[in-house]
Amino acid sequence: MSDITQTGPMLAADGTPLKRSLARALRMQKIRALMLIAPLLLFILVTFILPIGDMLYRSVDNRIVQNTLPRTVVAISAWDPASDELPGEAVYAALAADLKDAAEAKTHTRVAKRLNYENPGMASVFRKSGRKVKKWNVTDEGPYKERLIELNDGWADLELWRTVATYSSAHTMGYFLNAVDLKLGSEGVEVRPEDERIYNTMLIRTMRMSLIITFSCIMLGYPVAWLLANLPTSKANLLLILVLLPFWTSLLVRTSAWKILLQQQGVINDTLVWLGVVDDANRLVLINNELGTIIAMTHILLPFMILPMYSVMQTINPSYLRAAKSLGATNWTAFWRVYFPQTVPGIGAGSILVFILAVGYYITPALVGGTKGTFISNLIAYHISTSGNWGLGAALGAILLAVVLLLYWVYDKIVGIDNVKLG
Amino acid sequence: MSALPPYATTGQRVWFYSFRVICGLIFFFLIAPIIVIIPLSFNAQDFFTFTPEMLRLDPEGFSLKHYRDFFSNDSWQSAMWNSLQIAPVATLLSVGFGTLAAIGLSQQHVPFRRAIMAILISPMIVPLIISAAGMYFFYSKIGLQGSYLGVVLAHAALGIPFVIITVTATLVGFDRSLTRAAANMGANPVTTFFRVQMPLILPGVISGGLFAFITSFDEVVVVLFVGSAGQKTLPWQMFIGLREQISPTILAVATLLVAISIALLTVVELLRRRSERLRGMSPS
Repeated sequence: MSDITQTGPMLAADGTPLKRSLARALRMQKIRALMLIAPLLLFILVTFILPIGDMLYRSVDNRIVQNTLPRTVVAISAWDPASDELPGEAVYAALAADLKDAAEAKTHTRVAKRLNYENPGMASVFRKSGRKVKKWNVTDEGPYKERLIELNDGWADLELWRTVATYSSAHTMGYFLNAVDLKLGSEGVEVRPEDERIYNTMLIRTMRMSLIITFSCIMLGYPVAWLLANLPTSKANLLLILVLLPFWTSLLVRTSAWKILLQQQGVINDTLVWLGVVDDANRLVLINNELGTIIAMTHILLPFMILPMYSVMQTINPSYLRAAKSLGATNWTAFWRVYFPQTVPGIGAGSILVFILAVGYYITPALVGGTKGTFISNLIAYHISTSGNWGLGAALGAILLAVVLLLYWVYDKIVGIDNVKLG
Repeated sequence: MSALPPYATTGQRVWFYSFRVICGLIFFFLIAPIIVIIPLSFNAQDFFTFTPEMLRLDPEGFSLKHYRDFFSNDSWQSAMWNSLQIAPVATLLSVGFGTLAAIGLSQQHVPFRRAIMAILISPMIVPLIISAAGMYFFYSKIGLQGSYLGVVLAHAALGIPFVIITVTATLVGFDRSLTRAAANMGANPVTTFFRVQMPLILPGVISGGLFAFITSFDEVVVVLFVGSAGQKTLPWQMFIGLREQISPTILAVATLLVAISIALLTVVELLRRRSERLRGMSPS
């Protein structure tokens, strides 16, 4: 031992400095862990994250105007949309050339549809003119301004040109503005006409109903979680099955059960009539409205509230409550000042979980909500599968995603995603 | 507070029993909708409510005709087969990738652990309609939309968070010195994994797999967008049935699905207890 000098760095068995050797071992460990995770991460990136990114990009993507009308977009940049004059001959000539190419490639209807979202009525102008312009010779048959206006007087409409000028860039906030009932006019952002404002109402309704559902879940879940936490384990496990069975039962089974129970000729109305609570002539309307959605979704999401509350309440020492009472607190004070504050983390975790799940629900509102009880998700589905306005559907989706991710972040901060428990 | 002490006052007694009644009503609310469809599915009539014959428990009022319809109707049968072809493959993918990643995540030093975890759990958190829309656009681009493979990949992605959560939970209680002991005695990493680690975490892996299976088997939003008529699954068929002409056959299907859920729940509960016992804890 005497020949080892303490001045140099400590060495490992193979002669490398111990510090470096340890660092290398740590690096190897990290790389090994990452190698195990890498296949799944790649899988999730390709099958899940990229699709979501694609959808988000669609909400600002406006390349269709540039790609279909390239010459017009260049020509119109010289025109001042605020002026009260129509664009010059050059713009009309460019448009005629673009429209001819587009009509030949049959893409003019798509750009027409795109611009129609911003200025209803433009689609027909594009479509009708496209058919005629296809037969024109666009190199020397001017003046195009007169000819186009003669073809369709829509081309003499200043608003139409302002829309083209406003939406000529490759990316647009137009869909997002549309999703909050605004629009991009020639002079900046403006409010949509009254009859076109539906999205704010829908967003607010989704939030309001999700809050009501979360609150009902708290009210119904709290006593059950308390009972489960305070019963002897064997009894609690038995009762827990009553909570877990709905959790494991198919969502569609639960929704169909509610659809059948809540009907006007369904079991609930029949029982109420039989009990004489409700007159046979005016049976309760429990379905295809907000009430139907709230009842069914409270039932479906209740286990997600009970389970986190139960796991928090299990850890609360009952002697605190006894101590409070022995110090003279009434039952209510002991509960409210001593027990309840300790359950707040459970309520918080359950509420965020239930709210996150409720805000994005699609199936249940679609089946039992009628027209009054639908959520923003139903509107997104409508725009993607029926109306074909994908950009608007994507923008609404992006807003919903932002809300959910914000809550997800909060949940991660206060509960930690590692602590999510199932069953 | 589970039993009433003998010295309880009348007020305490009243509160104790009324609290029990309130809880009973909430349990009733939770379980009744699921239970009530079971007798309704044996209705001899095409009604969705109890007929007078059923209430008198007259055998005439009951029949298996909705079950016969389910097993003889082509669209229900093809839907069932599609579901049975999609769910197991999606489950295998989720369990394979998910278990590997969960083992990686439970190592001591994992860079960006929190961020990776957040990404891997996200399919459970992101609203299904958003996942469905994104997958619809993206899978159309790469030619997977409307294909069996597309639906399987989508369902595998949705099942992964459940596998990650259950397997990492099992690994928390895993004694790392066991793998070190195995390595010390000359086992290579592959042998260590299959002979030492795998048998111990198997309950977690199986329950994760069951969660992934039920996620795929029960999923309807994504398959509506990513699938085409050739991938019409059981939930899809039910969704159409509920939205358009609601036929009582749905009650029979629902009852069968409840039976499957009860079976799966039982298996998961048994596995959970076994895994707790393996960890040296008594079943709670």
